[in-house]
Amino acid sequence: MTSLTAAAPRPALRHRLAERGIDRTLLLMLPGIVAIAALFCYPFVYGLGLSFQPAKGGVLGAYRAFFSDSFSAGTIGTTFGLAIPSSLINVGLSVPISYRMRGDFRGKRLLLALLVVPITLGTVLTAEGILEFFGPVGWFNLTLQKLGLVGAGHPLKLINDYWGVLFSLIISGFPFAFLLTHSYLSGIHPALEKAAATLGAGWWQRFRFITFPLLLPGLLTTFCLTFVLSFSVFPSAMMVGDPDGKTHVISIEAYEQALQNFDYPQGCADAMVMTGLMLAVIGLAMGVRALFYTGSTGGKG
Amino acid sequence: MRAKALTLRPGAWLVWALVAFFMVNVLGVIGAVVLDSFGTTWFRGWTPSGYTGSNYSAAWNEFDLGQVMTVTFEITFLVVGLSLLVGVPAAYALARRDFPGKRAVMLLFVLPILVPPIAYGIPLATVLYKFHMAGSLTGVVLANLVPSVPFVVYTMTPFIEQIDPRLEQAARMCGAPTRSVLGRIIAPLLLPGMLAAGILVLVRTFGMFELTFLTSGPTSQTLVVSLFSAVFSAGIRSAQSIDAMAVIYTGSMLVLLLVALRFVNPTQLVARSRD
Repeated sequence: MTSLTAAAPRPALRHRLAERGIDRTLLLMLPGIVAIAALFCYPFVYGLGLSFQPAKGGVLGAYRAFFSDSFSAGTIGTTFGLAIPSSLINVGLSVPISYRMRGDFRGKRLLLALLVVPITLGTVLTAEGILEFFGPVGWFNLTLQKLGLVGAGHPLKLINDYWGVLFSLIISGFPFAFLLTHSYLSGIHPALEKAAATLGAGWWQRFRFITFPLLLPGLLTTFCLTFVLSFSVFPSAMMVGDPDGKTHVISIEAYEQALQNFDYPQGCADAMVMTGLMLAVIGLAMGVRALFYTGSTGGKG
Repeated sequence: MRAKALTLRPGAWLVWALVAFFMVNVLGVIGAVVLDSFGTTWFRGWTPSGYTGSNYSAAWNEFDLGQVMTVTFEITFLVVGLSLLVGVPAAYALARRDFPGKRAVMLLFVLPILVPPIAYGIPLATVLYKFHMAGSLTGVVLANLVPSVPFVVYTMTPFIEQIDPRLEQAARMCGAPTRSVLGRIIAPLLLPGMLAAGILVLVRTFGMFELTFLTSGPTSQTLVVSLFSAVFSAGIRSAQSIDAMAVIYTGSMLVLLLVALRFVNPTQLVARSRD
């Protein structure tokens, strides 16, 4: 084919483009690109433009208003204070649990299914359940009283507080993190560990020098995805948290500005700050990921 | 084998204890809601003072669940249909061609997955209000397409890469026009993947709170959103009927997820998209 066209003085434009992979098939992407451009890129650029046109304060007025008001600027700390511990706990717990669940044992499918069930709960049932279960007269505090760990009249305050939201992020985020970690771990071929074992490596050495380095890129991806989920926590921070105080997260601030005060420029500015922070964290995690080996893990299939 | 199981190391005991602790708490959270949804009153103590099924009929009537369910399914099926229609061809082109700018297109499709729904939902709602589309069914469907189309593209691309392109070439060699290559060779092979992607989009849209919340009006709320609104107008509703509604929601979600798991293995999906 190439020798034939090379002999011709100047092949048709269509052929030259086709050699570089451009042909009519690419038109198939058009509807998708148009949809995302119209529904994601355009609103985003529009919102970015709007955020520079606040009612007062000049071009950067909305951003200055956000950062100079300690109540709204404090949402950044509050959000990170919830998102980082919850995603570290979710990823941290999935590693030993999925490491234990690598082999085949009786009831493995059932255990997997049980661990995944909380995905179906939905935020409202989780929130209602947390309010009732961890509440001052709920089963959790009743059990602690029965065991004599807390006094009869002094239940632990776990709801309408930081802890309630953290619990809800763990209940909804852990199954997801576990599912991802479990599949990354089962993609690492057991022969690699066995080879190390024949050379006399103990289980800790095998984990430390073989499995963990191979798992790390996957773990960073999992961390990013759980972090996205926790960072944008909204309904549960409203329902089980203390939305005007300790769990006044950035998404609540943005929502209140845009759709309760109808201050769209301010709401859009908050959303832009939120996106910027999010992308910075993902960029950081991906930068760290690039430092590690991301080649074949000899996957099982 | 049994002897080994009995002499687990302390590390193993610790891990299983953690799993058990997590399970007990999750079961407690679910159990409290389910028990309360069947209870009459429950102010303190281990169990409600009596049991009844009337919370469910009360929830159904108070929240007009018949209408809410109809709207929810309309929105969900429209989103599934449209995102497959738009996403599958794009996935096909991305899987089969290597062209300049491919990375930019991939980035375009990954951004809506990485940016939190609230962050792009607020500008999107602002734009939809500007065009008078917010509050309507159209607005909700359009908003839900933003994460669904990239999701379909990213699930379908590795699936299409697995199909041998020589099948298409062979059909063309035998003189099949593009239409029959697509209809009789590609479509049947893609059907399982489309089913899987469609069901996953269905589950996600059914449970999508933020985007629907930001763009819906009184007549275009899905079940999650009207459940959330019910919690915040709780003064006039009984907690039990809200719990009953939450159980109805979770029940539907569980059925959808079980159906999805019959067709897709979630671990496979992740492992496959890595190579």
